[in-house]
Amino acid sequence: MKPLRSLFLAPAAALMIVTIAVPLAIICFYSLLTRGAYGGVERPWTTENYRLLFDPLYGAIFLRSFWIAAVATALCLVLGFPLALFIARSGSRKNLYLSLVILPFWTSFLIRTYAWMFLLRDTGLINTGLQAAGLIHTPLPMLYNDGAVILGLVYGYLPFTVLPLYATLERLDKSLLEAAADLGSPPWNTLFRVMLPLCAPGIRAGAILVFVPCLGTYLTSDLLGGSKTILIGNLVQNQFTAARDWPFGAAASLTLMAVAMALLFAVRRQGEELL
Amino acid sequence: MDAILELRGVSKHFPSHRAVNGVSLEVQRGAFFSLLGPSGCGKTTMLRLIAGFETPTTGEVWLNGARIDHLPPYRRNVNTVFQSYALFPHLTVRGNVEFGLRRKGADGIEAHVERVLEQVRLTGKELRMPCDLSGGERQRVALARSLVLAPDVLLLDEPLSALDPHLRKQVRAELKDLQRRVGVTFLFVTHDQEEALSLSDRIAVMNAGVVEQVGSPQEIYQRPRTRFVASFLGTINWIDGIGVRPESTRISRERPQNGVNTRLAVVTECAFLGSVVHVAARLEGGEALVAEIPPQGPAVSPGDAVHVWWNPGDELRFSP
Amino acid sequence: MKRGLALYATAVYVFLHVPLLILAVFSFNASRFTVWRGFTLYWYQAAAADRELVESAMNSLIIAVGSTVLATVIGTLGAYGLWKRGSNWLAGSLYLSLVTPEIVTGVSLLAFFQWVFRFLDLRLGMHTVILAHVAFSVAYVVVVVMARLRTFDPALEEAALDLGATEWVAFRKVTLPHLAPAVAAAAMLAFTISIDDYVITSLVAGVDSQTLPMAIYALARRGVNPMLNAVSTVVIVALGAIVLFSERLRSA
Repeated sequence: MKPLRSLFLAPAAALMIVTIAVPLAIICFYSLLTRGAYGGVERPWTTENYRLLFDPLYGAIFLRSFWIAAVATALCLVLGFPLALFIARSGSRKNLYLSLVILPFWTSFLIRTYAWMFLLRDTGLINTGLQAAGLIHTPLPMLYNDGAVILGLVYGYLPFTVLPLYATLERLDKSLLEAAADLGSPPWNTLFRVMLPLCAPGIRAGAILVFVPCLGTYLTSDLLGGSKTILIGNLVQNQFTAARDWPFGAAASLTLMAVAMALLFAVRRQGEELL
Repeated sequence: MDAILELRGVSKHFPSHRAVNGVSLEVQRGAFFSLLGPSGCGKTTMLRLIAGFETPTTGEVWLNGARIDHLPPYRRNVNTVFQSYALFPHLTVRGNVEFGLRRKGADGIEAHVERVLEQVRLTGKELRMPCDLSGGERQRVALARSLVLAPDVLLLDEPLSALDPHLRKQVRAELKDLQRRVGVTFLFVTHDQEEALSLSDRIAVMNAGVVEQVGSPQEIYQRPRTRFVASFLGTINWIDGIGVRPESTRISRERPQNGVNTRLAVVTECAFLGSVVHVAARLEGGEALVAEIPPQGPAVSPGDAVHVWWNPGDELRFSP
Repeated sequence: MKRGLALYATAVYVFLHVPLLILAVFSFNASRFTVWRGFTLYWYQAAAADRELVESAMNSLIIAVGSTVLATVIGTLGAYGLWKRGSNWLAGSLYLSLVTPEIVTGVSLLAFFQWVFRFLDLRLGMHTVILAHVAFSVAYVVVVVMARLRTFDPALEEAALDLGATEWVAFRKVTLPHLAPAVAAAAMLAFTISIDDYVITSLVAGVDSQTLPMAIYALARRGVNPMLNAVSTVVIVALGAIVLFSERLRSA
């Protein structure tokens, strides 16, 4: 009996070792080495790369990434909650409304980011439209700034909050809401004192699902943020390509990973399953 | 005694059926009033109409001299103890009981809460979470949570059905005692006629959205006005369209002297229950009946031929 | 309150879908600029005629099919193994692969490949991309199949064993049919993830294995191009159809 069961796990286990465990180990080693003369890595071993991360220049990049990810996450939660509530209360049409949320999400993140480039540029649709209507005379600079990046992130990750929030709301015991009303609580008060606290698991799940990818975002900041918005993701990518400083890039990646892991650990609760 | 709660011609129509059909009712102040009926009779809908979770299709609901049927639940001075208790799982016992009070911004909240917790005998458990409480304790929190708001009427939706059977009798007595001490008008919904009979000052028997009879437990049991009420409360034997309660049904081997209301029957079962003996018999026409006779009565066994008779005064007749 | 929610929901759905609709609409615009000048299929023809674009689309398809097949097989077997036997460290590493930011997965795989190439005479190419895609897709397959496994009554397998089947036969004839819709849905999920991936692919692809996202990215970087609108519309419609079909299967 036992050998067969292990056999099922073997391919996945081998894959994980080869593509996750070993590469991460290599990155760990690289982060402690020095950049090679012609790219790659070489000795001596050093912690210089990590020290460099504390340099104000790079510290600022981390802080900015944090800030943008936090704002995007908060917006996703605030914007996603009423939608999740709507879907949970929509009775027989639930599946339709859920599909409408899931559909755009799965059709190419890259293209959806490009869509906002198309809309926000100086010669994009919004600006040409506003100019044609005579509301403005010079184009509004809507692209290539932090705001555009946040917009792109919210657009990309909104479904990630809607789904877990919906799941939690669906399972909510309706009689608890009736009890609150029965005890004199008007709807807004019930929302804040009963519904939201009971949605905490969904809120936590959604927040993590959005924050971590946003923290390490590359495409959105690259296409919508222009050269002014360099976030951690862009930094790492740059080190491994143009700048050819693999050890530093490795250190930055690991720090990013560490932050993500720390957050996940902090938000974990007893009894909630991993997969 | 004045009526604290009044329903005037209240109906509730759903697309699929009429849950409540033209009900008019008066509940006296300070009474323990029960709505009794089988599942589906509309009693829960009635409760929800009074609490404010449903609005009547026709009719009016009056509380303490003011009309309330257009008000949302959070503006009515009635409170509900839900069948599942609906305690807020994220709040402590104190948090639950305080919930309605904080809304009103009342002073001396803590003392108030302590007092009510004492009344339901939950002192010392303020900081427990609902998941750490027993079923009986959870019910008391639900009671405290509602009573602390001093409602005009307290609505209870089958509060004993979620408890273990052996706990039920004890909690039943506690509930009656609590109501007497606190003096709040209780409107109690149940399908269990024994509960209704033992707890209530007055009972309204409901069937298919209509109130068939309102009265004291004695009235309802001894002088039922409809066939349904007669058979729903206690057990009853139907013999040729006349109803006779088992305790009024007599059994004897010899023909009784007065000669009226006698039938021949064959005993099918005989159960000694300590204080009474249940004798099940079948009449010539095939109808089954049960007689409750004292242990000192005639000793009969299955298969015996007996005479079944009753006093005319114990008959329950109804127009067809 | 219900009215307000419905209004809000409509606004959000508009926000989510209209940008894509606009992209599609302007793919038919007979002008390079964002002013409508008439309907045309010119940009679609231009896209179809662009050799590089078509070649990268082909590459993407090959990679997607290859990685999907591998990821689905490995993932389904893995999910079943986890369900029957459980393995904390495997579940943990799958979870890790799900939550690791793409950029980190990408650079770690790049470093890994370059390290391996010191010993093997290989270079970055289609094979490294396929391996990378399998790596990040497997976890998604496991999640989808696991969800379906949780609705499966283990007693059914035990009944099969009781009636004389071996473990493998029981899996094949009893469990797998029940899992079929989830496996199909997982495959489509893996496919769409693979087709769309840019970050990881761009790092581990060689010079001669450009994928569609990489081509799209290059075009986007150069500025707005209606040909890109045309390509985008085709991709959206194709992926959208796959996703809809997959959702149907998942809720079956």
